[in-house]
Amino acid sequence: MFSVFFTIVRRDVLLAMRRRTDVLTTLFFFIIVVSLFPLGIGAEKNTLRHIAPGVVWIAALLASMLALERLFENDYADGTLEQMLIAPQSLSVIVAAKVLTHWLLTGLPIVLIAPLVGLQYYLPSEAVVTMTQALMLGTPVLSLIGAIGAALTLGLRGGGILLSLLILPLYIPVLVYGAGAIAASMMAKAPVQPYFMLLGAFLILALIFAPWATAAALRISSE
Amino acid sequence: MTLKINWFKYASPASFYPLAGKMIPWFAAASALLFAVGLYWSFFKTPEVLSEQKQYYKIIFIHVPVVWMGMWLYLVMVVWSAIGLIFNTRLSFMMSAAIAPTGALFTFLGLLTGAIWGKTSWGTWWDWDPRLTSFLILLFLYIGYMALQSAIDDTRRSDRASALLLIVGMALIPVIYWSVNCPDPAQCTALHQRSGLGKIEGNILFAMLTMTLAVWMYSFVSILMRLRNIILERERNKDWVAQLPEVAQ
Repeated sequence: MFSVFFTIVRRDVLLAMRRRTDVLTTLFFFIIVVSLFPLGIGAEKNTLRHIAPGVVWIAALLASMLALERLFENDYADGTLEQMLIAPQSLSVIVAAKVLTHWLLTGLPIVLIAPLVGLQYYLPSEAVVTMTQALMLGTPVLSLIGAIGAALTLGLRGGGILLSLLILPLYIPVLVYGAGAIAASMMAKAPVQPYFMLLGAFLILALIFAPWATAAALRISSE
Repeated sequence: MTLKINWFKYASPASFYPLAGKMIPWFAAASALLFAVGLYWSFFKTPEVLSEQKQYYKIIFIHVPVVWMGMWLYLVMVVWSAIGLIFNTRLSFMMSAAIAPTGALFTFLGLLTGAIWGKTSWGTWWDWDPRLTSFLILLFLYIGYMALQSAIDDTRRSDRASALLLIVGMALIPVIYWSVNCPDPAQCTALHQRSGLGKIEGNILFAMLTMTLAVWMYSFVSILMRLRNIILERERNKDWVAQLPEVAQ
């Protein structure tokens, strides 16, 4: 079980490293979206500080969602996915490996670049720390839930825009509590721990159920 | 003596199609009657003023029934989709597909009547109140379902994929609802006005329940009519469809 998991992770990371632009496009999409807001709204310090939590999370979930299309698309096109479906190993494990790779290539870079956003938006240092931690807990949930949508829209025309219709409403809880954590860290005497506990709970539940639902969706999409 | 009912008999589109045709006039008549009674009662028999709200509060007799029906129909859709996935019955998926436009319509009407009421009562068309927000999200979920259903050409795949989407959505609805209601987990007080049916004035309650039943009966009519169309569309190459009087001419 673990050997197939690590094989898939190694293979997908290797494939992504051969085409580094895909990873970088997602990252730069995030950076561009975040940088556009001060241009549109005006660079007033307090306003920026106020909107930063929401902006960071919305940019993160858009970036994660745009990259979702590629999650199964290449494997579907060249027939690898069919081999995965008939493999003796559990499809959920294979899916979990693919989602982990997706997060390593899209979520993790966003988590790592987030402190830069903190500078752009004049965030105090504790808010930057909280933001990084919240993104660390929240972005895997985005990848996990998004994978279900990616599997459902596999191979459809206009799949990307359809995917956003299906998945964005389901991202709301992560957005609310992820942004809430950052906002709370900037207020005096507002405890941040409840937000982290909720995000952690979402992560655990998504880890348990999402690969399974994604596997079911893949079977429906490719039968 | 045991009465044995074959529940699966009407799971076949060929035997449900005529049954639906027979049921539609009854539901239509019931709906018309209930609308007549409900509208009469809500206009003429209910008090003119409710707490500090004047006559305009009477939009409640449209607003509450369509809101209830918008939520209820989503649940019914989920149940039919789950039944379809479990028993592999085509008709259940068709039922879900037939319910979606009616449910989305009621959700939209709920938002619209709410906005009109809000403009009169609160002085604003829209407020990021948890109830309004969660209803907007429910509309998004309906639209997502219909978009996925219509994007897939293969009916078997579109049925099963959208059924799975509904079930995932249903699993997440409580979480979404809670996150919208209580964005700050540290201090979550009751944001909702608690209302018990017992506290409502008798005439208002009667008018509201009559209107709800009327809207429900109307839903049956529109859903069954749409379902008959879906059945005909999907089964157009079958013999039994060719033998129907309305098709054979």
